[in-house]
Amino acid sequence: MGMRNARLICAGAVAIAMALATEVSAQPSTVPGFATLDSMEARVQGCVTCHGRSGEGANSGYFPRIAGKPAGYLYNQLAAFRDGTRQYPPMNYLVAYLPDAYLREMADYYAKLRPPFEARDAAPADVAMLERGKSIATAGDPRIGIPPCIACHGSRLTGMNPGIPGLVGLRAAYISAQLTRWRVGSRHAAEPDCMKRIVSRLSEADVAAVAAWLARQEAPADASPESSNLVRMPLACGSQQ
Amino acid sequence: MSRRGVVGVVLVSAAIVVVAAIAWTMLKPGALPQREVTPGAVSASPATQVLLRGEYLARAGDCVACHTEPNRPAFAGGRAMPTPFGSLYVPNITPDDETGIGQWSADDFYRMMHTGISRDGTLMYPAMPFASYTKVTREDCDAIYAYLMSVKPVRQQNRPHELRFPYNKRDLLIGWRALYFTEGEYAPDPKQSAQWNRGAYLVEGLGHCAMCHTAVNALGGSSEAKAFEGGMIPNQNWYAPSLTSNREAGLGNWTIKEIVDLLQVGISHRSTVYGPMAEVVYNSLQYMTDADVEAMAVYLKTLPKGDAEPPPTSQARLVQPQVMETGRTIYVTQCAICHGSEGKGQPPHFPPLAGNQSITMTSPVNSIRMVLNGGYPPGTQKNPRPYGMPPFAHILNDEQAAAVVTYIRVAWENSGAPVTPAQVNPLRSLLPE
Repeated sequence: MGMRNARLICAGAVAIAMALATEVSAQPSTVPGFATLDSMEARVQGCVTCHGRSGEGANSGYFPRIAGKPAGYLYNQLAAFRDGTRQYPPMNYLVAYLPDAYLREMADYYAKLRPPFEARDAAPADVAMLERGKSIATAGDPRIGIPPCIACHGSRLTGMNPGIPGLVGLRAAYISAQLTRWRVGSRHAAEPDCMKRIVSRLSEADVAAVAAWLARQEAPADASPESSNLVRMPLACGSQQ
Repeated sequence: MSRRGVVGVVLVSAAIVVVAAIAWTMLKPGALPQREVTPGAVSASPATQVLLRGEYLARAGDCVACHTEPNRPAFAGGRAMPTPFGSLYVPNITPDDETGIGQWSADDFYRMMHTGISRDGTLMYPAMPFASYTKVTREDCDAIYAYLMSVKPVRQQNRPHELRFPYNKRDLLIGWRALYFTEGEYAPDPKQSAQWNRGAYLVEGLGHCAMCHTAVNALGGSSEAKAFEGGMIPNQNWYAPSLTSNREAGLGNWTIKEIVDLLQVGISHRSTVYGPMAEVVYNSLQYMTDADVEAMAVYLKTLPKGDAEPPPTSQARLVQPQVMETGRTIYVTQCAICHGSEGKGQPPHFPPLAGNQSITMTSPVNSIRMVLNGGYPPGTQKNPRPYGMPPFAHILNDEQAAAVVTYIRVAWENSGAPVTPAQVNPLRSLLPE
């Protein structure tokens, strides 16, 4: 075999290897998969087609990132889906017959994960709208009596332990849908429900603006939620008690 | 040992005993949660034993599932029960004097369970499974009555039913009763073992399995000749498989252990419970004693064998090659990681699909719904951390979902028939996103 043939074979092998590698990495992270059977990773396969293999959320559309959100927040949502106090039929159905201890374990599992963030929203948007969104999120609006998002959801928007979710890495469609559900009264949190007080003062345009701005924010290097004893919160919050 | 040494040992021993006694007293409630108490296994007073037995039997009858609204006090009623004839609102069975059954006597309660006639003489709608409960003994009814009288009374007015004409005329029930109701406590079969009779008593009586596993006709009745032959559950859009057909959930080929596991644990090496049966296991069967579940299994395994329909012909099982290939490709990508490339699963946590009667039975509704909606088995005392299956409704279109369900119904010598996209589509709207 000549040098030339050997080189061709090498090149071929590299090409095949690259093709395989591309194929592997091109597999969306929403395809079921796990390393070992006796693990939480295998047990939460029920979540992966929507929330991704590591809870990073689906890159198309609605399903939120759940990785790294505070465990208390995740547990509250799972229990609310199970008990029907938060309505989303596919979730209500999935967790209907799961005991508290297991829901807590699921929440703890996802709270500890730190998968990379999906690319943030970059579609063109109205500059004035984004300005309004930024202003609500970072300064609040004293005129209508609402505090800034960052006062509770953290200066880096990564949430606060134990019960306040991070907002960074969420899609605009998801954020505005949740705020809208609060506005119409179909989503609520533990009383006193501070989000209800806030959302009831936001217009539809405000909701769209703040959702659009939040979805454009870069994730910080450390996406861990803030500790609860660093700030005094502007509104009493049932989820933090 | 010196005298002082002996005293020291005695003191230390006494201290250990005291600490142990305190620890025992403090830990006891946690170590013996009420729901795990086996009737007769503790030396409680006779009156307490009756209450414990009543609680156990009320669980066996799964009273709480219908008589409780989600997030509301147990047994206070109010839960809507949609039926093909309109909505029924389940009554308050807490012992509140005005709105519950506080004024009822044990005789009133027994007559209701035994005959389906309420305290005031009203004929009850057969959504209350009195056609099954009639088999419950007086002694067991009295224990359930005593237990219900011991729960916290909740003042909550019953909501009137909303049934369409003519079903809102209770006089019609006279006809229904003549056709479909036979009154009478369970009569043991002397040719069978005590264990078999115990199982039959539980399955046919408090378990009221026939409510779902015997098909209901247009009049809301089920005929004894079709007992346990399976049927669509009205308004739930799940198919309750036949317990007599070896092609459905017939248990002739199952070991007793596999039946016991399915009923009590929620998973087994053959299959996993899902849909409405997950609720039954979660609320009721997981709390039953090993002996009772085994008795039920022994009885269920002996149900007469018979297939209502012949297996599909080879003609009916023909699948277009491109559909099979689509199904196979999806299976390899999405399903094989858990269920295995040969459909053998990783039992008991990921059930086998090859040879699984739940997949090959005539109605494909349950398989389609599992693919669309996924599901978690119930978290039970013996399987508190179940493995789940994700939904694929947002990933597969109707053609793809039909192809993968077709694939699992005919691959690996499975004996099912293919499924069409038109059978998938209407099942999508059941859990709207």
